[in-house]
Amino acid sequence: MAEIRNYTLNFGPQHPAAHGVLRVVMEMDGEVIEHVDPHVGLLHRATEKLAESKPFNQSIGYMDRLDYVSMMCSEHAYVLAIEKLLGLEVPIRAQYIRVMFDEITRILNHLLWLGAHALDIGAMTVFLYAFREREDLMDCYEGVSGARMHATYYRPGGVYRDLPESMPQYRKAGGYTERSLEHRNFNRQGSMLDFIEDFTQRFPGYVDDYETLLTDNRIWKQRTVGIGVISPERAMQMGFSGPMLRGSGVEWDLRKKQPYEVYDRLDFDIPVGSEGDCYDRYLVRVEEFRQSNCIIRQCVDWLRKHPGLVIADNNKVTPPSRESMKADMESLIHHFKLASEGYCVPEGEVYAAIEAPKGEFGIYLLSDGANKPYRMKIRAPGFAHISALNELSKGHMLADMVAMIGTLDIVFGEIDR
Amino acid sequence: MNRMQNLQQVLTDTLAEKITSSTIDRGELTVEVAAEDILEVAKILRDDSRFGFEQAMDVCGVDYLQWGQEAAREMVKPARFAVVYHLLSIRNNWRLRLRVWLDDKMPMLPSVVGIWSGVDWFEREAFDLFGIVFEGHPDLRRILTDYGFIGHPFRKDFPLTGKVEVRYDPDKGSVVYEPVSLQPRILTPRIIREENFGG
Repeated sequence: MAEIRNYTLNFGPQHPAAHGVLRVVMEMDGEVIEHVDPHVGLLHRATEKLAESKPFNQSIGYMDRLDYVSMMCSEHAYVLAIEKLLGLEVPIRAQYIRVMFDEITRILNHLLWLGAHALDIGAMTVFLYAFREREDLMDCYEGVSGARMHATYYRPGGVYRDLPESMPQYRKAGGYTERSLEHRNFNRQGSMLDFIEDFTQRFPGYVDDYETLLTDNRIWKQRTVGIGVISPERAMQMGFSGPMLRGSGVEWDLRKKQPYEVYDRLDFDIPVGSEGDCYDRYLVRVEEFRQSNCIIRQCVDWLRKHPGLVIADNNKVTPPSRESMKADMESLIHHFKLASEGYCVPEGEVYAAIEAPKGEFGIYLLSDGANKPYRMKIRAPGFAHISALNELSKGHMLADMVAMIGTLDIVFGEIDR
Repeated sequence: MNRMQNLQQVLTDTLAEKITSSTIDRGELTVEVAAEDILEVAKILRDDSRFGFEQAMDVCGVDYLQWGQEAAREMVKPARFAVVYHLLSIRNNWRLRLRVWLDDKMPMLPSVVGIWSGVDWFEREAFDLFGIVFEGHPDLRRILTDYGFIGHPFRKDFPLTGKVEVRYDPDKGSVVYEPVSLQPRILTPRIIREENFGG
């Protein structure tokens, strides 16, 4: 009889299902996984160290590049930490705008997750649908900040500017006919809020479409039900958060339990799973689509009725307006100091955490009173999640590895930092 | 007395001389303990239902070497390194920051991996970036830096540009490591202003 031995299999870092640059060294017994050793750090850019060498505001852009599918949420934690250190009040309108964009970001993130996860385990169509909707939301990003992904829109004290009065439109170019152009620009005639409202009306129908494709799909269920089960006790032990924790039945959401900004004024539910497998986590995230949609709708309503400041009127931290800079000496000085030196932050340490789409995204910020952070630690949810990959995948088949990586919802920008 | 002060009170009553300092700043409670007490304290914090810290959300190293150096006033810290734990209680809905000071010579403390298994990678990261050794950690390897990396890059005396650079050498037909050729370039100086600077 032939000698049968365990063998080692290398997965990634160049693998379409590795969601970036993940290298996994797997010890296999036939087709069954015995042990998994994920190697991360291939995308390490020392963001935390770079932030130590720059004034506070200049690191906001790095935050976008951490979790590059939920950009504004990472910015949010960072500016919250600075505001907490400074004791800075944020205008209420800015808080609503932030919450609205946090939820838009959550939808963006879950759309990419859903599309990629489904593509990984054999359903192609969802990916194409998901990217169609992402395009609309990216346009909102572009409308407020000028950038489709790396927005740098949140600033300490508020947001960079108010929502635009008009939505960018498609222009006549390439192969567009008059009619298709008219069709594409149909819901872009009004302000950005009109466009977002139109989106929130369309979106539940889209989610139904995804659900038709997946929820009762026999293949989808075979690939996800009972795969990667984790008990609530173990999930807490492993430092899980977000949908990974809620999928196991722990009702924990920072938006409800430790509300920041205006989440305590909004009406929404926290979906919770029961089995703690890939399928439950899928259901949790799909329900979060609907809840986020509902939050966005409430924000749009409020924002329509309440115009006002979107950034704190404190020129020690936020830049003065262009007009006053041309006419007013003090504004000019403020601007010069902000641009050349930034602002000094009082000595102290804070930990600011938000419910990012992937889980608890925290910034631990230490300041010794300088115009740069003394130390900044990024607590990335994906880092804790992927460290559990070995525990999740033990005893599963090789093909389930892909489902496991998908369900963790990992992005290497934030894991490797 | 608010919730945080309450927690602080119960903590100081229960752990008494194990706690070397406890402060509430900006609504966050920070407790400092000695390295040799960390295992015992961590176990109590997790298992005692009055605390109920079932989750360790974050563990990180801090290097206080250059703390407050630009300021005229004295800001001296008890030691160069510290390990900071951020604990979360889902049951009681509160957070706690735990700090352990470690000296420069041999920054070493017991690993809490047996108490919160999720800290495994966080401790590896602190070891990788700061050279802090966690005794009893089952697999203390580098995690974020390159295979074969030398040094601990997040220490304050490690240059921002690094020490080596990598390029492909066509003559040797392989990748070679060379001393870094980048010049350090800081555009904005680091400044500490006195309070209420500029009115």
